[in-house]
Amino acid sequence: MRSVRVTLSWAALVVAVGVPMAAAAMSPQLEWRGPVYILAGFAGIVALGLALVQPLLIGGYLPGLSGYRGRRAHHWIGGALGVAVMIHVAGLWITSPPDMIDALLFASPTPFSPFGVIAMWAIFAVALLAVLRRRWELRPRTWRMAHMVFAIIIVAGSVVHSMLVEGTMETVSKAALCALILGATIKAVADLRLWRKRATSREESVVQR
Amino acid sequence: MSTVVFNRRNLLAVGGSVLTSGVLATGVAGLLLPARAEGFAPTASMSGGANNYRKGAAIVDRIGKGGFWMSGTVRRAGDGTPLAGQRIQIWAHTTEGQEHEPQSHGATLTDKDGVFRLEMPQIIPIFGQPHGHLAYDSGEFKTVFLRPVMRSAKETSLEAHFVLQPA
Repeated sequence: MRSVRVTLSWAALVVAVGVPMAAAAMSPQLEWRGPVYILAGFAGIVALGLALVQPLLIGGYLPGLSGYRGRRAHHWIGGALGVAVMIHVAGLWITSPPDMIDALLFASPTPFSPFGVIAMWAIFAVALLAVLRRRWELRPRTWRMAHMVFAIIIVAGSVVHSMLVEGTMETVSKAALCALILGATIKAVADLRLWRKRATSREESVVQR
Repeated sequence: MSTVVFNRRNLLAVGGSVLTSGVLATGVAGLLLPARAEGFAPTASMSGGANNYRKGAAIVDRIGKGGFWMSGTVRRAGDGTPLAGQRIQIWAHTTEGQEHEPQSHGATLTDKDGVFRLEMPQIIPIFGQPHGHLAYDSGEFKTVFLRPVMRSAKETSLEAHFVLQPA
């Protein structure tokens, strides 16, 4: 019975991330795009998929990856998310330098660009904090609060950015993925109860479940 | 008064009956001149309008294989007089090339009613929005770059209108 639940959980994740990617891979738009532009677009889609994995990992919702293993995976997937975003931005820069520069300077005519750029900086900020928190001797609570605030900015920014972009992603599968990301993030933030003054440590909260 | 001016603009914008509306407009213009003196504010360049601009695109009958229509009007700021013979440069990411590529660029001239119309390949979304680029950059008037966005990527035409002020 347990193995069925485990299989279903992972299958659901594969479908949630895989279907939007497959739909994008069949987009008629691809015919008119160069390889660098296609790579940049898919790096963005991969980043969106990883944005669903992250709250699932840290909330301990993925069978076999709860507790310490989940946090280690969250750590590495976070790094991959940062790399995917860098490929996304670099590829778009190569495709159309003036449009990318406008976006990064918040001078773009496209309404979705600032949301993506803000989410990007929030991702980089979390990565930087994660690397420096020991050196800076950040208290765990401070680190978690900062990370949670950035995570909310990342999720909100990425979802708005993705939904407003008219690109290779198919609308319904994109909206479903975005809804799952929002739902998983809200659940993880609520479950971890980071804002409580005497928050239980993450280890305890995992044990409680 | 303002409704009359608006009608005239709409009339002119209709590509099909350009000639008729032109004659009509000239007639109405005489009657309305005093009231319209300040009516046509100069068009400001749009943000991102100049992106991937290649100065001096050749005047062509059609960009590439065509299938999509870019059209619009060019007028003088203040009195709104249609400006004939004005060179408008057009480029976009289309089914036949990316925005920066030379084959995606072309130019056309306005007719005696200040109307331009150039056939080009189908515009497709680039950078998340299906949009075209147009430039007036010939020196006599101040340079203007426009970046109109299509309501849907399925549309097969797009309009942009210029009101120019002396350089």
